[in-house]
Amino acid sequence: MQTMIALKHTPLFNNHVKHGAKMVPFGEWEMPLQFESILGEHKYCREQVALFDVCHMGEFYFKGNLKKSGIEQAFPFSLHKIKEGTCKYGVVLNEQGGIVDDLIVYRLAVDEVLIVVNAGNIKKDFKHIQQVLKGEYTFVDISEKTAKLDVQGPLSTEVLKEHFGDEINAIPYFGFKHLQIHGEEVLVSRTGYTGERGYELYLPYKKVTEVWDFLLQDKRIKPAGLGARDILRIEVGYNLYGHDIDETITPHEANLDFCIEYDKDFIGKEAVVKQKNSGVLKKRIGIKTNTRRAPREKNRIQIKGKEVGHITSGCYSPVMGCGIGIGYIETQFAKQGNTISIGNGSIQIEAIIADPQFFKNKSIRT
Amino acid sequence: MEMYFTKNHEWIKVDGDKVVMGLTTYAVEQLGDITFIELPEIDAETKQNNVLCSIESVKAASDIYAPISGVVTDVNSELENMPEVINKSPEENGWICKLKMVNTDEVGSILTKDQYNDLLKEIKE
Repeated sequence: MQTMIALKHTPLFNNHVKHGAKMVPFGEWEMPLQFESILGEHKYCREQVALFDVCHMGEFYFKGNLKKSGIEQAFPFSLHKIKEGTCKYGVVLNEQGGIVDDLIVYRLAVDEVLIVVNAGNIKKDFKHIQQVLKGEYTFVDISEKTAKLDVQGPLSTEVLKEHFGDEINAIPYFGFKHLQIHGEEVLVSRTGYTGERGYELYLPYKKVTEVWDFLLQDKRIKPAGLGARDILRIEVGYNLYGHDIDETITPHEANLDFCIEYDKDFIGKEAVVKQKNSGVLKKRIGIKTNTRRAPREKNRIQIKGKEVGHITSGCYSPVMGCGIGIGYIETQFAKQGNTISIGNGSIQIEAIIADPQFFKNKSIRT
Repeated sequence: MEMYFTKNHEWIKVDGDKVVMGLTTYAVEQLGDITFIELPEIDAETKQNNVLCSIESVKAASDIYAPISGVVTDVNSELENMPEVINKSPEENGWICKLKMVNTDEVGSILTKDQYNDLLKEIKE
């Protein structure tokens, strides 16, 4: 007898169904893949402003002395160096230096941080941090009370200014402020997963339906699903945990070692230092094909008939007009411009190794 | 012109031994946004139910099957750079290729519009 475990729903599930969105499983969740068309939503985000339901993501709240509580031990970068009112992207590692998750840490106050993690890793990440804590502190998983909406696109500031007020103009890239919208207090950060200028909004679960409906009353804002989100993030080389990075991959392999601080102690330090000195056997690369065909996850990468790597994410990129992807290849071959061949099952696609940030968008930082 | 449908969700319009083919609205809805189609070669020989060419959407790669045996006489080259035409108009502007049928009897093994609609009803249940 098979037991069906019901997929989880965000508070916006009924809204999405009423809207006619195509709902699909995403880990333990049932999420909107698309509202109308994946490519249409992708285009709208790149040209105007799109709204994403990402309530499934996890949030932890910590209050305590950052040094005395031992929380710094869980992170390969210093939380106390993050300026108040700003946030930082980084990874947390296991003892072998493998990536447990990638996440963003918000410095709310001198002794308060908000940690935002991937939906599939909430329990794991909570344990990872909790295990190092000592003395007096508060550390709670507020994921089930915290909703998250992403508003992304070149017109995002202009449009949100009308609803949040001029203060939104003062938020720098990777900065955040507490602002009011429709009578609700929302943490608004200038961050995102699309490579476009945009914002991530954190608000109470019980208020998210109202705010979602309120934002969509502004006809300039259109909802977009996970299908569009995946293409948007691949185009700027952002990793998807469980695909491009996981516990078997280290920061040096993934080119995420920029967030490592070697002058502090942290879980996984020994392994990471070893790799810094001895090098790694495989490296993360970007792949650009010469066709509209897309590289797909698990496709093999070959050079002169020999398998040298594999694809971890891929799609057709409307911006690049060709298939693009992210993958791993033996370090000796990981040079941009090198030609490779991708085994797509029955077909070989010709491609070159490229910078995974396939295009650079100026509006994101200005 | 008579319109017929296959179990592989292709449509054909028949005029004597001349056939135009494409993918049905149902097939295209299942595929999602089309990103690539590899059109068959002109003069290529086709055999009913063998793979004719391949198509990709945002989600996945798929095969398109020859609805009848014959020869490819024309292809819709607009689709090479604008495969989204298939999504916009699957049963008109999104036609994929034209074929010259070698055995008009084969049409008997293909579904009528009513039979195809019945097939769709079964699938959706």
